[in-house]
Order: sequence, then C-alpha cells, then structure tokens
Amino acid sequence: MIRINCPFCGERDHSEFSYGGDGSIVYPALDAPVEEWVEAVFQRENIRGVQTESWQHVSGCRQWILVERDTMTHEIHSVRAAHEGVAKVLEAGK
Amino acid sequence: MSASRLPDGGRIDRSTPVNFKWDKQNFSGFAGDTLASALIASGETIFGRSFKYHRPRGVMSAGVEESGAIVTVGRDDRRDPNVKATTQEIYEGLNASGQNAWPNVRTDIGAVNNLMSRFFSAGFYYKTFMGIPPMEWGKGTGIWMQYEKLIRKAAGMGVASREPDPDTYEHGHRFCDVLVVGSGPAGLAAAVKASLAGLDVLLVEQDFELGGDYLNQSTPEAELTRTAALKALKEAGATVMTRTSAFGLYDYGVAGLLERVTDHLADPPQHTPRQRFLTVRAKHTILATGALERSIAFGNNDMPGIMTAAAGATYVNRYGVLPGNQVVVATSNDSAFTAAIAMAKAGASVTLLDARESLPGGAAKLLESHGVNLKSGSTVLEAHGRKGISNLELAVKSSNGWSAGETLDCNLLMLSGGWSPVVNLLSHRGVRPVWDSQNLCFVSPGHDEPIQMAGSANAVWHTEDCEASGAAAADSAIAAINNQTTSIVVPATGGWESPIEPLYEVTVEGRKLKSFIDPQHDVTADDVRLAHQEGFVSVEHLKRYTTLGMATDQGKMGNIIGLALMAEALGRDIPEVGTTTFRPPYTPISLGALTGRGKGAHFKPLRRTPIHEWNLAHGATMTEAGLWQRPWYFARKGEGITEAYIRETITTRESVGLVDVTSLGKIAIQGPDATEFINRIYSNAFAKLPIGKARYGIMLRDDGIVMDDGTTWRFSDTDYFMTTTTAHAAKVMVWLEELLQTRWSHLKVHVTSVSEQWAGSAVAGPKSRDVLSACVEDATTVTNDALPFMGVIETRLKNGAPCRIARISFSGEMAYEMYVGSDYAESMMDLLWESTQTFDGCLYGTEALGALRIEKGHVTGVELDGRVTIEDAGLGAMVSDKKSYIGSALRKRPDLNRVDRPQLVGIVPKDRSETFKAGSVLCAEDKLEGHGEGWITAVTHSPSMGHWIGLGYIKGGYNEWSGKTVVAADPVRRGNVDVEIISPHMVDPSGERMRG
Repeated sequence: MIRINCPFCGERDHSEFSYGGDGSIVYPALDAPVEEWVEAVFQRENIRGVQTESWQHVSGCRQWILVERDTMTHEIHSVRAAHEGVAKVLEAGK
Repeated sequence: MSASRLPDGGRIDRSTPVNFKWDKQNFSGFAGDTLASALIASGETIFGRSFKYHRPRGVMSAGVEESGAIVTVGRDDRRDPNVKATTQEIYEGLNASGQNAWPNVRTDIGAVNNLMSRFFSAGFYYKTFMGIPPMEWGKGTGIWMQYEKLIRKAAGMGVASREPDPDTYEHGHRFCDVLVVGSGPAGLAAAVKASLAGLDVLLVEQDFELGGDYLNQSTPEAELTRTAALKALKEAGATVMTRTSAFGLYDYGVAGLLERVTDHLADPPQHTPRQRFLTVRAKHTILATGALERSIAFGNNDMPGIMTAAAGATYVNRYGVLPGNQVVVATSNDSAFTAAIAMAKAGASVTLLDARESLPGGAAKLLESHGVNLKSGSTVLEAHGRKGISNLELAVKSSNGWSAGETLDCNLLMLSGGWSPVVNLLSHRGVRPVWDSQNLCFVSPGHDEPIQMAGSANAVWHTEDCEASGAAAADSAIAAINNQTTSIVVPATGGWESPIEPLYEVTVEGRKLKSFIDPQHDVTADDVRLAHQEGFVSVEHLKRYTTLGMATDQGKMGNIIGLALMAEALGRDIPEVGTTTFRPPYTPISLGALTGRGKGAHFKPLRRTPIHEWNLAHGATMTEAGLWQRPWYFARKGEGITEAYIRETITTRESVGLVDVTSLGKIAIQGPDATEFINRIYSNAFAKLPIGKARYGIMLRDDGIVMDDGTTWRFSDTDYFMTTTTAHAAKVMVWLEELLQTRWSHLKVHVTSVSEQWAGSAVAGPKSRDVLSACVEDATTVTNDALPFMGVIETRLKNGAPCRIARISFSGEMAYEMYVGSDYAESMMDLLWESTQTFDGCLYGTEALGALRIEKGHVTGVELDGRVTIEDAGLGAMVSDKKSYIGSALRKRPDLNRVDRPQLVGIVPKDRSETFKAGSVLCAEDKLEGHGEGWITAVTHSPSMGHWIGLGYIKGGYNEWSGKTVVAADPVRRGNVDVEIISPHMVDPSGERMRG
C-alpha cells in the first residue's frame, strides 16, 4: 500500500486516491493538428524509474495532484497540487 | 504406550481439564494444550495421511511449520480444513478430525497408493494425462481438466464447507511507530526498549502465549525475564496482541495482520467476530520472527514418531508431555544438545547421533553427565516401523560418504539439520535473502527498507544474544524515527561452539530409500533428481514441476533441503542456485477475513433515491441500476412484469406517466467561465445557449470516442445545471474536475456534484402539461409559449417547494424533467400523482422507460459503450464543425470515419411474431461464423408497433443492410432468428409528439 501525502489532507492510503496517468503531458490546444493530439494521447512512455503522474484524492478532497513516483520502488519524491494557481499559493505559504 | 503426560512441569493448567473429540472419539487434555500436545499425551501417533501416497503422518513440529498433523476442525458450516494440530488450542467441545483418509487416518484404504509410489513421481500427472504414450489418446488440455478433477479427489487436502459461513469477520486499521513481530527474547527486548524510549509500539504474536522461545525453556531465569519484560511493556503502554499473525509486509511500512479472536473459544460471545483483518501502518518494523528447525532427508523420514529436536523439547518443557521414552536425536549442529538433555531430564533414554566426527570436550561431557549416549560421526539412514518408528538403521561416516551401520530401537526420533531464519516477511518486500555459509541458512542482506531483523530471525542463536539483538534493532528504529545517527552495536550472528556441518540427505550407495523433502506434498529427494535429469535448472521451475514448497506450509521445513539437492545435482553451490521468492501470506488466512463485512448486502454501497419509499408504497418492484435502486415496474393486480411494462408504455404514449429519474448524475457548473468550459467539453455548440434553455449534449473523450450524453440547463450567465447518465455520473464528475484542475486551471469555474441534493421525476405523455399545470404555483409558467420544447424555468410547486423544470423528452412524448430539493421529493410525487390519476395516467419503471426509448431510438450506456463515435451512434448531426472541443481532433482519425464501421440501427424480427434477445450477434444470412457483422444492444416488445424491436450496431448500418435478411445469432440461448434492419427511429421519427 502506497501512502500519499496529499497537500490538502495529509498522508493517506493510496486506496483513497485514483490514478490518473502520465502527469507530465502538456495537452495541445483544442485546435492543434491531429498529429499533436496523437502524440499526447497515444505516444506514452512506460517509464522504469521516476515518473510524474496525476492522481485524484477521489475519496478525500477530490483534488488532483501531481506525484513523482519511482515505478520500481514506489518511492514518492514529491507531491504537489496539479492546479498551478493552487500549487503556487501552497508553495508560498510554506 | 511410549508417549505420556509428565507428572509435573510445563505451562499447562492441570487443574483445568478440557474435553474434546478427535475422529469421533472422546479425549481430554488441559488448558494450555494444543491439539497436538493433548493427543500426543493420550498416545495418538497418526494424525493424517499424506497428499499422494496416503502414508501415515504424525506430529513433525510444534508450530506453524507443521507438515504432518494437518487436520480439520469443526463440522458442518463451521468446518475449517488444513488446520495445524500444533497451533490449534484445545477448548471444551472442540471437534477435530483427520483428513485425506477413509475410513479414518489410522486405517486408510488409500494407503494402497503407497505401493504404487514409483508411478507417482515428479511430473507424473503431466506426463501421464497430458499425452505421453501409451496414453497418447488422452492428449490435450481439455482432457487434462477432466483428469485433474479425479486426481484432486484422490490426492489432496481437507474439504472446505460448502455451506455459507455463519461467522462474521471484521476489518480494522492501526498506526504505530514500531511494529514488532514475534514476542521471543529478541521481540520482547525490542518492544520494551522502543516503548521505554516513548515510541508507540505494537507487538504481535501468532501464539496464544507471549514469550516465543522462553516458553520452550525450562529454566526459572527464562520465565523471570519473560514476566519482567511483559510487566515493563504494560507499564510503558505498548499494545500487545496475541493470536495475531503478521502475514504480509507491503509498501510504506504497511503490514497485514490476522487476529484470531474466537477460534479458541468453546462458546464465543455473539458480538465478537471470528477473526479480524488489520491493516497496520508502521514507521518502523522489527521482525523477531525466529527460526525454523530443518529436517534431514533419509529413508522413511516422514514416519510418525519423527519430529524436529526443538519440537521434542517444546512438548516436554511447555506442554509437560514426553512424546517418547526411547529417544534418538540426530543432529548436525549444537542446538540439539539442550533438546537431548531436556528429554533425558524428563526420564527418557536418549542417544544423540552427531553427524560431525568430533565434538568439543565440554559438550560431550555435559551430554554424558545427563546420561545421554553420544555417537559422533553418525546419523540416520532409514527409519523402520509399521505405523510409527520402532527402530532405525544408523549411517556412519566412511571415507566416501556414509555407510550402513547398526540398528537402534527407538520410539521417538528428533532431528536437527540446521535452522532457517524466518526471512519470509522481509522477502515480501522484494529483498532477496543471501546464503550464510557459516550458519548454513538464508539471512537478510543489507537493504533500504525500514525493517530490522532481530534474534534468530537474523541467525543469532543464543537467548542472551537474541535479547541484545532485539535491543539493537530497537535502537536502530528509535534513531531512524527520531532522525538521529548513533552507532549501534549489533551482536554477531551464529554462536555455536563448533560449526554446523551440512547435512541435507543421507544416502548409501546401492540403497533405495524413500526420503521426503516436502512431506506435505509428498515430494522426495528422488523427485528433485528426476526433475534435474529432465532438464529443470531454475529453482522456480523445480518448484512448479515437483510442487516442492507449494503446500499450505509453503516449504517452511523442506525448501532448503530441496535447494541443496538441486545445487548438488547441478554441481553448483546453494547461493548460485538461489531461493524461491516468498510471497504473502506467511501463514494461510481465511477468505472470510479478507472479505470482512463486505458481503451480501454490504458487498457494495446501496443508493436509494429520496423517492424510494414512495415508489415502494405505490407498488414498485425495484431493480438495480449500478448502485442505485430504481423502480422496475408498477404491477397492478394480476399483472406480471410483461403486462405491467406494456401497460405503462401504452398509458404514457396515450395519456401521461411519471418516473423517478433521481439517479441521473447532476452537476452544478458555475463561474464566469462556465459557458466557455461547457462549450469545450461538448461536441455540439453551447456558446449561444440562451438563459432559460436546455440543450442535449454529447461529450467525447480525448481520443474522439463518445464518453457520455445528457442535458445542460442554463439559468444565468454563470450558472448551469448538467445531467449525466446514471451509469457515468461519477466518471463525468471526475473528468470535469481533471480538466479544470490539470489542463485549464485558468478557467474560473466551479463544478459541484448535486446528484443527491435534487430529486427528480419525469412527466411524460400528451397530458404531461396538464398534469404540470395542476401542480405548479402559477400555471401560466408552463404553457407552450412560456415553456416550449427545450425550455427551462425555475418556479415553485403548489406546496411552495422550489422547483426547476425543463421540457425535455427521453420517451419521445411531450415530457418534462423536474427537480426539487431532496427533502421535497415525496411531496412533489404526491402532487404529481394526484393530478396524473385524474388523467388515468400511471407510474412507470425502467422497463417501460426502456421500451419508450428503444422505440424512439434514444441511446443509453449500453449503446455508448466506450467504442462508438458520434456518427456510429447516429448522432452526427449533433457535431459542431465551427468550434474545437475535447475529442474534435482525434475523432477525425481515418479509422473512426470508415463507412463500414458498425452503426446504430433498429432491428425487427422478419416473422413479426418472433422474439429475440439482447446480446445476439448479427450475422449475414450466408455467413454464420466468427464475430459476425454486429450485435444487439437492447430489445423490447413495442406496443406502438405491435411486435418485438431492438437496437444494435451493424457494419455499414441501415444503408448497407436495408432489405437484406440478417440473422440474430444466439446459438447457446434461444437459437437464431431472422431479422430485418430498419432505422433506429421507430416511433415518431420527425419528433412531432415531443414538440407538440
């Protein structure tokens, strides 16, 4: 059981969260060419090591978060709010 | 009778006799006895019959590693198979029986298998039944499956009850600073030290008594140390749990515990669960799990009357039972000396066979002073006896291995082939144990886990060293938790005066012996060699081919011997061969405990609408829609479901009907950028939706496939109300949150799930406006002009309840969807129903709802199944080409635009009196094979058309198949039916009725 330190609620079991996916992807503009969308949606890396992934604290505060997790060891290196503005506010408050 | 209860000594309570049954006969023991100790004291020797050969088996150990005394406890619906007699406490009325034997373990007809044993070697089943000559005809997996059933019956373990489990089980959660597993010298020392340092300590012990190896020692010092430690723990406030196994370790210091709450009670209190499954999150874990003594492979080493050396001493010291009075101890190491002395002190005649050629003088003197007859350089070659050991043939060291020696009479043989630290839990964390060539065992390597191994679990043998080892482990945990760096002195491993000698198997040239490695699965030394001959090189393959270590004990006693023999056969060292991976659970856990309370009605959450009771009071039969309970149909007197839904459908089309639609997902979308947001997520235009209007919308995924559909109502510049399908409500909510938080964080929009806050009813049918007029405060707000098709109003009902109404239609009739705060649900239904009755209207359920929407060709979750595009679903006209939205790029992929994609169609039977079923495969008339050309998603009897109709998908759609005969293939249910493909819009295709 992975324990995730939710920036809003504190450390919780991963069973309270649901996995989103690759959190490093920057989605293209809605009117971007189809090739850019193919790249973003289908061309995914299967990373062995640290990857940034999105999770939602779906049974908690329902906030989306970005988690840097090692796929080999499950070690979590960082957790931050996915919402840029909120992440900045939290960072400033530290 | 050789075994007997000693007149005094042991930890049993001689003042409390306990009566129990074993194989239908009455026995008695004392409080503090296990089933094994009580039965040994009563002179029982045979406890079970082996897996394949039905050989008689007795008690081989005194703990969880037991491989011989495997029994069934309880009967009827409380029958619990494969229980180790060595760990089962006796209680008044306990009813235990032997298993894998008929008529009983003492006289077992199946024992004839033993005579056929040469046919039952490794891989026998696969070779024989999977198609090696002469049974070539029986080749193939299908045949194997048939054989397997027969084999399972003949070979095997106990039989589980087929009745529902009457017991309850609970799940619990705990946190602690330090979890200590095992309460022996190391565990107690660790727990005390960590507690005194102010840490929150949880100590768990699988036994019913705390103390571990202290309990097996006869000295007063051991008991003093034990009680002092327990007192210290109590004063320091540590949490201590007995009868609790740590069965698995997981990421982030999470441990799985199983607490056996009532398995030892004659009359459990009603309110207690049988077992508790606990999830513990510990900052640090100390594994003081001890070590297990290994057997030695020699001829008939599985015979009743043969057990590990430490087990013999445990029966004497802890249970006051002498398991035999003519004892031979065979060892390869120093640890068996104290066991031999304990037997001698208890009055047995003892001979000690030490495989090593010379012993230090001190040890020899000590043994002799207790009357132990010492034979160096010798061990056991073969045991003899009918239903238990009566004599044994010695093996003596010779220049090239062993040679046969004299015969010794005995009725108890105690073995020590070395000790295996219990590294299983650490192995669960992916840490591979390494071979310690000094102590001949696998031990923990260095690792990064917040886990310390302590005591004999780390190959530290002496009690005082184990205590120091436990204290050192606690120091490490304290330093880690308090973020300190201190130098900690860890006691050295080992501790025997003279080194252990490798002794795994005893053989003599030319002698054919039956030497068991894994007695529980009847795996012999020859099986391992055969596997090697046949080319198995990896231990993981060896394990699967021979089934070594795959029984309920998971190879606790036999694995190392198996590895050693494999290494020998390969001409390699044990570390090169490696070990198999231990996985949870360490000891078996019941499925009931894993399930906990999550069964029956509690298997999943139950969702009832605020109209639930009202529906029931008005005659509803309910059905499940996901987690929701929804009205299925409202049968009137004499009606079944068919009559009811057909009547409801007709009444709604001709007059008016009401249906509870509360289960639809409802999301409030609010904020200055709400319009922009909604315009991006729907494929059709929303930017210009006027205030006071609703629109049907289709949402795509990024990849251009349809995600969900629903309506969105606009109340103001910044306030929208979205409905989703019942099935996808949660998914859509998550999706909107994801978009706003991860992609479009600059949009000022709030989304709030309000599914539970609003109760809803649809009012459908030509008389729906009349019904509504009679229920709202001001009837002029619902006239055709005030509330046209797709219009939205916020108003009040006659009873004052605030209400929102949209004129939208799922049924194809003139219809309204209206919502009130959930607390007003019943009063809304009362008002609507009173008015509906004046028009001879009806209540309807999901069955009629389905009939109405299928007639109309409206899609639901079964059509929007995550594989279809908007065009596939026949909703291409709903797409806006003037804007970009989620999915607009990828829906243009060529493959999603092929004309031969399956498309939504209506389906009718060629012979209109026929019926057909959803799930049928649509095939071309001349090609009844494969996946066909399409499938049927939904069917109903259509009262409007007077026959059965369906919706489905077929490649190329209506244009391709119009006028052709198609077969709805359903070969394993009701057979094939010829059908015709028509437009999905089967009733009122122009939509006049709903607009009217």
